[in-house]
Amino acid sequence: MRLGPNQHTELDWAEPLVRIERLSKRYVQGGALTRSRVIVQALNDASLTIRRGTTLGLIGESGSGKSTLARCLALLEKPSGGSIWFSGDNLTEMDSRDLLPFHRRIQLIFQDPTSALNPRLTAAEIITEPLTVQGEGTKLWRRRRALELMDQVGLSARWEQRRPLEFSGGQRQRLAIARALALEPELLILDEALSSLDLANQEMLLELLADLQAAHTLTYLHISHDLRLVSRCADEVAVMNERTIVEQKSAQELFANPGHRYTQELLAAMPSLESICLERSA
Amino acid sequence: METFLQVKDLRIRHRSSESTERRAVDAVSFNIAPGEVLGVMGESGCGKTSIALAMLGLLPKERTQISGSIVFRGQDLIALDERSFQRIRGARISMVYQEPGVALSPFMPVGRQIAEVVHAHTDWGWKQCHTEARSMLSRVGLSSTDRIISAYPHQLSGGQLQRVVLAQALICRPALLIADEPTAALDARSQADFVALLRELNHQLNVSMLLISHTPEIQASLADRVLVMKDGQIVEQGRFEDLYWNASNPYTKTLLRHNSGAGPDVESEHALDEQLAR
Repeated sequence: MRLGPNQHTELDWAEPLVRIERLSKRYVQGGALTRSRVIVQALNDASLTIRRGTTLGLIGESGSGKSTLARCLALLEKPSGGSIWFSGDNLTEMDSRDLLPFHRRIQLIFQDPTSALNPRLTAAEIITEPLTVQGEGTKLWRRRRALELMDQVGLSARWEQRRPLEFSGGQRQRLAIARALALEPELLILDEALSSLDLANQEMLLELLADLQAAHTLTYLHISHDLRLVSRCADEVAVMNERTIVEQKSAQELFANPGHRYTQELLAAMPSLESICLERSA
Repeated sequence: METFLQVKDLRIRHRSSESTERRAVDAVSFNIAPGEVLGVMGESGCGKTSIALAMLGLLPKERTQISGSIVFRGQDLIALDERSFQRIRGARISMVYQEPGVALSPFMPVGRQIAEVVHAHTDWGWKQCHTEARSMLSRVGLSSTDRIISAYPHQLSGGQLQRVVLAQALICRPALLIADEPTAALDARSQADFVALLRELNHQLNVSMLLISHTPEIQASLADRVLVMKDGQIVEQGRFEDLYWNASNPYTKTLLRHNSGAGPDVESEHALDEQLAR
């Protein structure tokens, strides 16, 4: 059955899988070659909650800190302050050894699948790479698992020997999703993962993501600057502006009654296709 | 009418390493008039970018097979050798890519990177090239020109970088600008600003454009006519509003988001639409 987006009218029933509290990240720029050292505040006191089995959309301008937040949550960056609670554990208080199991529970998918996939490997090798790294199963089992995952994301098993460049953009992103699912994660972070796709492919992948979410109780953090895309897939939406979260609400509530001034500005800047066409036809 | 750009029966095949051939573009024909903006829509891998690269002579010769013709001001670009292409590329036909960060060198101030383009195509001295770069930067809406001209790419925002790349593409006053997903890396607010800028420059400089974008709002605000492509072929073409109101092809309907019934109905999207209609 397709659960579909926005079906969780009562979100309170779902327990939080992720709670980010007052997260900050500072980078020091310069150093070795330049005389001046500049501290860049990439994230400032950002807080949000992602409920298990639901999709949280994260919107905001480029450079507002969305990707930094994603990288901190995916354990690719160490935050400078605040905490990340994941299903009851405070990840910011753990050392790298204790964090190891969380690397498989949280997976990240990037915007550009072409640069995220090794062009020399075959589709099956790409999907099983995380399993090989983790030393899981026999070679035969891994190959079976690859074919199973290809089937789940709608790629034909006949293509297991194909390399990334022989796939279309939409197929490549399916490949990236299959690889992310190989380790059976609980949280999938999609960082502009559908932005480079046309609407037909976007729609198909949204459907696939919804099916996978229903089948595996997956939780998504879907980062996008495309408000319409977010409106089509998110149960809740968090808005990021100037390196912090300015509001988080259910998707329907947010689009119907944007509370923060910045959210209102974002919506006002969005053109309506129908009104442009009406104007053109006039 | 003067044929400014005429593409006729263009076919492009790519050979990949394993001696497999892929047909990227199949029997494509279209015209662009002087000053016209022609939009190209279609799914990734449908051949949009192959057409753009063929116009710039940037397809790897040993791995592609091209037939048909691309006649630009009386000259067939397909028959052109690399030396002649160098005089056209960047000067008569130029291109703006999706990722401005990748198109610029991280080691050189952006002002110099713009000036270099004029320097390569004229016999002007550096001083004159820099003056020209400065005036082009203010034309593309970068007002604090002094700061920008000496800035390195990492010191500028995504929106500013895309304007720098645009200045670089327009500085030799090309007759045709190819823009490949020029707003994909920008957020909603900078997107609207950039579209307005392209429209303004199209009028002011009378530069024709081939606009590749899968975002219908962008095509609707900029393109005079739109080509819809699928699997290397043109499915439909016409004025955007005509396709929007009466598209016959279901594929076109999905691409133009006029998908009454297609895809699930979502309440939040209705809320968004109501908000936009206000």
